[in-house]
Amino acid sequence: MKPAPFAYHRPGTVAEAVRLLAADPDAKVLAGGQSLVPLLSMRLATPSALVDLGGIPGLDAVRVDADGVRVGALARHARVLADDDAAACQPLLRLALGHVAHPTIRNRGTTVGSVVHADPAAEMPVVLRLLGGSVDVEGPAGRRTIGAADLFVGPLETSLHHDEVATSAFFPALPSGGGVAFEEIARRHGDYAMAGVAVVVRREGEQVVDVRAGFVSISDTPVVVDLTDAVARGADPGDAALASLEPTADVHATADYRAHLVRVLTRRVVGAALDDAASRSLTR
Amino acid sequence: MTGRPAAVRHDITLRVNGAPHTISVEPRRLLSDALRHDCGLTGTHVGCEHGVCGACTVLVDGSPARSCLMLAVASEDVEITTVEGLAGADDSLSPVQQAFSDCHGLQCGFCTPGFLTTITAGLRDNPDPTREEAQEMIAGNLCRCTGYQNIVAAVLRAAELRDGRP
Ligand SMILES: Cc1cc2nc3c(=O)[nH]c(=O)nc-3n(C[C@H](O)[C@H](O)[C@H](O)COP(=O)(O)OP(=O)(O)OC[C@H]3O[C@@H](n4cnc5c(N)ncnc54)[C@H](O)[C@@H]3O)c2cc1C
Ligand code: FES
Ligand code: FES
Repeated sequence: MKPAPFAYHRPGTVAEAVRLLAADPDAKVLAGGQSLVPLLSMRLATPSALVDLGGIPGLDAVRVDADGVRVGALARHARVLADDDAAACQPLLRLALGHVAHPTIRNRGTTVGSVVHADPAAEMPVVLRLLGGSVDVEGPAGRRTIGAADLFVGPLETSLHHDEVATSAFFPALPSGGGVAFEEIARRHGDYAMAGVAVVVRREGEQVVDVRAGFVSISDTPVVVDLTDAVARGADPGDAALASLEPTADVHATADYRAHLVRVLTRRVVGAALDDAASRSLTR
Repeated sequence: MTGRPAAVRHDITLRVNGAPHTISVEPRRLLSDALRHDCGLTGTHVGCEHGVCGACTVLVDGSPARSCLMLAVASEDVEITTVEGLAGADDSLSPVQQAFSDCHGLQCGFCTPGFLTTITAGLRDNPDPTREEAQEMIAGNLCRCTGYQNIVAAVLRAAELRDGRP
């Protein structure tokens, strides 16, 4: 299991990276390598060249303001996870990142790389989609921002063009009255989840005005279900979520088992997010 | 296809255990293979070669990383520590190595270099782990022999040794 030959470029700017990508339709971006290098070694990917972002200064920043958290393309999962300001601004980031692989993988893998890798079993694409975040990209035609709803096209497929580099991802802040929770079931801690659920809620006083759930490993692309009405009606959030989902089967879990996990986890995580919102409004 | 590039080699310098190693590698050379074959440091072991087993774990700027998931050509800017770099200058065992010996933390030893590097960094970040934290510290490394109990014991013992406790 060794990679097939490829050329290696280490540009010093994003513009140079874009030029290299535009010049070679079989070239690929290399960020933390934690998904791409295994694919190279298994020869599931055989690019002609790699364009390593690792030599571009300034891409590793994590910037937090009142609107949200902007994560640079070279910010490793571990760096984002350790950022207290990011966790205070959008607590779902830390909750979900704790489930992404093992610490050793998180030391190298980037959060933006995980988002644009768009693995249906990955946590961060779902978090971005649930929060209504976006990705900033730079290509030959300049810069553009892609909203999460337009980003995920299929398994391991996004709407980024081949010669575009994602420079950052933006995760909106938790609004006042908001609460979050995340839980997943994996066969071993640190493995990809068989099913995972992220929930954001918002209260206005005693009233729950927003309940949305995002699902990991349930469908080909990150999917979000609005459960506000179901919760208002007093319906079971798990059953309500399943009405809009068609869990897929693979070697790790049957569709029925995934449906069971969705039912149990959604109920649990919606409850936890409502509790989280209540306790945040007390300490505010 | 724009055609496969000929096997262009890059002359690079890796800094491993404080010493420079100037080697000539193809871009596809994994860091694990460069350490073993080009630098002659065979202490780093290669098991799964896709990030799952942890046998190839080295320290990159002090933090554990899978050397099988890094390219040698992309590793010139970092300080690498392999299992060979853990012992003292006089070849004395480090606290983690001594604890593995004391607690029988290895059998065949294949997984051991990855555990030693991971735990060395883990104890630096958390010098006094609980048993649960010790289990968490090694959760990303696989061992086919020991059943992990003695490795967990070695983590706790190494914490004592680092602390100068008997
Ligand atoms: C053993 C193991 C377990 C793992 N478990 C999990 C898990 O439980 N959950 C999880 O979410 N992930 C998991 N991962 C994957 C990990 O999170 C990766 O870090 C992540 O998926 C990809 O980030 P990267 O920086 O390593 O990207 P790379 O591997 O460098 O790249 C991945 C892909 O994205 C593209 N890409 C990367 N960055 C950019 C960019 N800025 N612009 C354009 N294209 C880009 C690359 O071209 C490539 O196609 C695991 C990995 C391993 C090895
Ligand atoms: S050989 Fe690198 S993790 Fe298994
Ligand atoms: S001692 Fe044999 S694999 Fe761990």
